[in-house]
Amino acid sequence: MYEIVDRRDLAPGIHLLEVKAPLIAKKAKAGQFIMLMINEKGERIPLTMADWNPSKGTVTVIALEAGKTTMQLGTLKKGDQLRSFVGPLGIETHTHNLGTVVCVGGGIGIALMFPTVRAMKQAGNKVMSIMGAKSKNLLIMEKEIKEFSDEIYPCTDDGSYGHHGFVSDVLKKLLDDKSKKVDVVYAVGPIIMMKVISDLTKPYGVNTIVSLNPIMVDGTGMCGSCRVQVDGKTKFGCVDGPDFDGHKVDFAMLTSRNKRYLEEEKIAVEKFKKATGAN
Amino acid sequence: MADGQLPPKKERAKKKYPMPEQDPKERIHNFREVPMGQDADTIRKESERCLQCKRSEKRKICVEGCPVGIDIPAFIAKIREGDFDAGIKVIKQYNSLPAVCGRVCPYENQCEGYCIVGKMKDFQPVGIGRMERFLADYERAKGLEKPVLVKPNGKKVAVVGAGPAGLTVASELAKKGYQVKVYEALHAPGGVLIYGIPEFRLPETIVRAEINYIESLGVEFMMDVVVGRSISMQELTKENDAIFIGTGAGLPNWMNIPGENLSGVMSANEFLTRTNLMRSYDFPNSDTPNRVGKRVATIGGGNVAMDCARTALRLGAKESYVVYRRSDAELPARKEEIHHAHEEGVIFKILTAPVKYVSDDKGYVKKMECCQMKLGELDKSGRRKPIVCEGQNFEMDIDQVLVAIGQSPNPILARATPELMFTRWGTVVIDEWQRTSMKGVFAAGDIVTGDATVILAMGGGKTAAQAIDDYLTKNESWPPQEKFKQLLAQGGGTH
Repeated sequence: MYEIVDRRDLAPGIHLLEVKAPLIAKKAKAGQFIMLMINEKGERIPLTMADWNPSKGTVTVIALEAGKTTMQLGTLKKGDQLRSFVGPLGIETHTHNLGTVVCVGGGIGIALMFPTVRAMKQAGNKVMSIMGAKSKNLLIMEKEIKEFSDEIYPCTDDGSYGHHGFVSDVLKKLLDDKSKKVDVVYAVGPIIMMKVISDLTKPYGVNTIVSLNPIMVDGTGMCGSCRVQVDGKTKFGCVDGPDFDGHKVDFAMLTSRNKRYLEEEKIAVEKFKKATGAN
Repeated sequence: MADGQLPPKKERAKKKYPMPEQDPKERIHNFREVPMGQDADTIRKESERCLQCKRSEKRKICVEGCPVGIDIPAFIAKIREGDFDAGIKVIKQYNSLPAVCGRVCPYENQCEGYCIVGKMKDFQPVGIGRMERFLADYERAKGLEKPVLVKPNGKKVAVVGAGPAGLTVASELAKKGYQVKVYEALHAPGGVLIYGIPEFRLPETIVRAEINYIESLGVEFMMDVVVGRSISMQELTKENDAIFIGTGAGLPNWMNIPGENLSGVMSANEFLTRTNLMRSYDFPNSDTPNRVGKRVATIGGGNVAMDCARTALRLGAKESYVVYRRSDAELPARKEEIHHAHEEGVIFKILTAPVKYVSDDKGYVKKMECCQMKLGELDKSGRRKPIVCEGQNFEMDIDQVLVAIGQSPNPILARATPELMFTRWGTVVIDEWQRTSMKGVFAAGDIVTGDATVILAMGGGKTAAQAIDDYLTKNESWPPQEKFKQLLAQGGGTH
């Protein structure tokens, strides 16, 4: 069992959990994820690590309410135990000798890109961070990301903070700005955002890495639920990823495959709401 | 009957005493075990069919067919005497998972395949598998006896992977006084026994009981640990006197044909893991969902394919097909599984191979194009090679595909451990004592052989346990790297 040592909400529907997992905290690298299971009847879900503390032996994950399990995570309290918490899984994000890197995070992706921003900076790259959310209250972890970024560009869809508009608008400006000389773009967030970013950078010939979030069961290469098509070849998100070349990912297939269990998800959410009296 | 006295030949039953089974019509609506087990009287009668052959140079007997070398005539003799406690003790000297093996072993190719009775005209071999099962169930019903623990010898062994090979090594070494820790990536021990083999063939409670027994020997289980990720082989080497790798073959194989990544096309592993380990059959009481089509095609003809096709029926499929590129005679599954699948209404499309999956407008598979095959000359596997009949392609309307064409070793450990020598199939290179190119590191099971059977993994595990004990007690030197390079050049030890 894995104890939740801290638990708070970063924004409505966005839950932070700090979990005691000393082995993982010692080994964690930017871009990697864990699989967790709340209880014996729970499902195994992948969550990208948002931070870790080897001396405290803890790992921080951030969950956006999307289905039953992520909603249930929001009801857990400090001191509660998780049935399973395994990792670090996936291949770490490549950070060495890249030059100028633009990290783009959308929604909860902002939190997920924090370790990458930090690792990119610590590896000696110049880091520009673009972070986008619907509204100011959903724009999380700005302070943390700022600390490891040379430049930071917050954006909101409703214009309540920073640039009024999409992360892609800001990225386009940076790409067009000859003085910036962007070498690599790293994007994590909703599939549609990663696709838009990849489409945008392609004509510029800028290497673009996306962190994919396919549906997983075991997370260790056993089931192939997380199959993604990259450059026409089948890859497993869990053991070959989660990072892939954005210019070669078949986003349409990823979108379609991620909808496989939408009906079941609805049933599970309804049942959970009924049981907890939530609305 | 007096001890040791055999029944006269004319009185010996030609056939095995029938095993009661759940009615096919009923059982396709539940996950309860198909064979229901036999009573003590029937088992004693079955035991009297045995000739009590002695091993000799001249003829091979049942024991030779057993990968873990159980003294079969000895335990059958105990059944005849009605001393079931002594019978199970005989088995447990050789095998720590008898209730598992008594259910899933391919006896027809092993012990029962060697049985002299079965060689006689019109005779079936002695029902060795069901006798093993009976004894194991008898013992479990009574409550497993607490083993007498041996004095710890102060040596530590890490076992990587809690499947059949790892469990065997762990129990063998614990019985010798080693301090054994088993590291498992999933949240429950058992490996394929728990994620792969369905409840109707191997109930989870039985696997759990066998693992409890191994725990009672003093073996410690560390769940949720991925060796190569959560902890490295180098760290394990520092903390232990020896390491055993039994990570199995968990990576599903694909045919790499168009449409294979459509929704509704999934690996046997995914389908079975969702159902068994994650209990999706109980959704939404269990959180993991599973989708089951109305017309389900399982590709492949092995035990895993039978498990998929039969599971699909139980989960509500109206039509469940096994699509296999060779003929009935070559089906690699156990005869019993094929028989059960037929009884349950699984439709066998033999000499058929999919070439393409076609999607509906939502990215879901809706039909598959297949080619007709015929059998040609014998190939390297000793089976007749399937050949495509050109121009005879046809379509099948299906809404789910389960790909059960085998598994390969998982790449995580290989990628994280460059010191360990692997073949191009991803299997670990070993010598005749299951030793690897890393000093103090042994391996067995599917990670060495490629995907095979539970009992073969256990056999390899037994050899490895013996080799680990020899290594740690006899101070033997480790073979030089040259030897492993040679083995690799020759194919990797077992390939």
